[in-house]
Amino acid sequence: MADYTPDEMMTIAASRALSNDDVCFVGIGAPSAACNVARLTHAPDITLIYESGTLGTRPNVLPLSIGDGELCDTAVTTVAVPEMFRYWLQGGWITIGFLGAAQLDRFGNINTTVVGDYDKPKVRLPGGGGAPEIASASQQVYITMKQSKRGFVERIDFFTSFGHGEGGDHRERLGMKTKGPNLLITDMAIWKPDPQTKEFTVTSLHPGVTREQMTETVGWEISYADAVDETPPPTAEELSVLRDLKARTDAAHRGPGG
Amino acid sequence: MAQFVSLSDAVSECLKPGSVAAFEGFTHLIPHAAAHEAIRQGIGDLTLIRMTPDLVYDQMIGMGLVKKVIFSYAGNPGVGLLRRLRDAVENGWPNTIEIEEHSHAAMANAYEAGAAGLPFAMLRGYLGAGLKEVNPNIKSVTCPFTGEELAAIPAIRPDVSFIHAQKADRKGNVLVEGIVGVQKEAVLCAKKAVVTVEEIVDDLDAHPNACVLPHWTIHAICEVPGGAHPSYTHGYYDRDNAAYLEWDEIAADRDRFRQWMEENVLSQTPAIFAQRVAKLRKGA
Repeated sequence: MADYTPDEMMTIAASRALSNDDVCFVGIGAPSAACNVARLTHAPDITLIYESGTLGTRPNVLPLSIGDGELCDTAVTTVAVPEMFRYWLQGGWITIGFLGAAQLDRFGNINTTVVGDYDKPKVRLPGGGGAPEIASASQQVYITMKQSKRGFVERIDFFTSFGHGEGGDHRERLGMKTKGPNLLITDMAIWKPDPQTKEFTVTSLHPGVTREQMTETVGWEISYADAVDETPPPTAEELSVLRDLKARTDAAHRGPGG
Repeated sequence: MAQFVSLSDAVSECLKPGSVAAFEGFTHLIPHAAAHEAIRQGIGDLTLIRMTPDLVYDQMIGMGLVKKVIFSYAGNPGVGLLRRLRDAVENGWPNTIEIEEHSHAAMANAYEAGAAGLPFAMLRGYLGAGLKEVNPNIKSVTCPFTGEELAAIPAIRPDVSFIHAQKADRKGNVLVEGIVGVQKEAVLCAKKAVVTVEEIVDDLDAHPNACVLPHWTIHAICEVPGGAHPSYTHGYYDRDNAAYLEWDEIAADRDRFRQWMEENVLSQTPAIFAQRVAKLRKGA
């Protein structure tokens, strides 16, 4: 038995994909954890931006919402929300938009809006928030989410955020000049888009994960790279940084006064 | 010219059945006390605008006061779904509501367009996004210089906007600090603005570039300490994250929701908010 969970492997693998030079627009949840682990390990100077307008924030605990006071207290500066989306995102300053998803397809198209029909939904989800434009305006998009048949589907029910559409040059045909989804990190594997078809292709399996387990958790026929690597397991340092961060966060969110 | 009045008077004067209203505050400074006053007064048939409906609109929707909601993220931030809004959308309880859904970028631009006196907002947005198929208020314009097609949505122009802020001086100039969200735009785009504040002071003590709303942009100011709870007021008290987590359980059940609203909203006054934040104040 490994001494770490698949969730921890996911967060740590995602954190490794970020560098000191990145200006990262951070989605809440799994992306936020990964971005802050990167900042607390190998990328201390990474710029983290949350859609509430906090630029260059260095939270001591993970925020519960995108607008927790912790983000503003530790930011280089905080701007108004219209400026956030107009100048900083639409203006092209974001190198990586880091998103989660409820439903995802093989081309990195994301649904966080509804399960079922839009007008008569089976489940009404929160919706897109900042994601539709994060997906189109960030220089590239990273996605992190756990694999499951419910989440990794052949067809998403709603195009909240456009990934590679039907694949190939679909983004360019819609006038997008940015790269779109360029990396997918799950609890089981690392996926990258095929250079031509843009279909997400498995390039690395986390330690101990089999192709049978992959098939059981993905709703489409999986493509594998010619050479599939094994993701290096979490180091002791990575694990301790992540666990300390989670412990601080849990205590802060439960206790009065944050 | 801002007048200093009670919250009850401000709400009854500025919010009418059928009003188009924005209660803004981007996670920070959400005007909960003002929304609770509107609920107590039973003012219904409302069209509510808010980027993130949050608990306030979940409560107003669940109490049957809402006809339509215009929004861009209908979640309990960091916790999950808004269960009263879901119940209305999925099951029509307590009544069916119309929704007009946007992205954050579009809503933020639409507030700015309203504040700027423009008829619509323009952005490089909704590329490949499904919302433009289901929302007829998302259209496009062509750049006359480059030919680029851009998204267009109507400017936001509410009858009334409610915001919460740190403080007002005795003339009624208001200081907003921290995550300022779309508060300035929400005030300037509305026909009338009502501001609840933590305190009224002699001097705002603001630096030259601070976000200050001059008194002549505001209709009414009400002193309501703690008025953002369970949201927060930067410099005064922290976000009550535990209350946001607890809401997920309260709102999951119709009867429990009604009972909670009866105890915590209908039978209360704005004065309760000061008590609610006592334990969340810095150094408490």
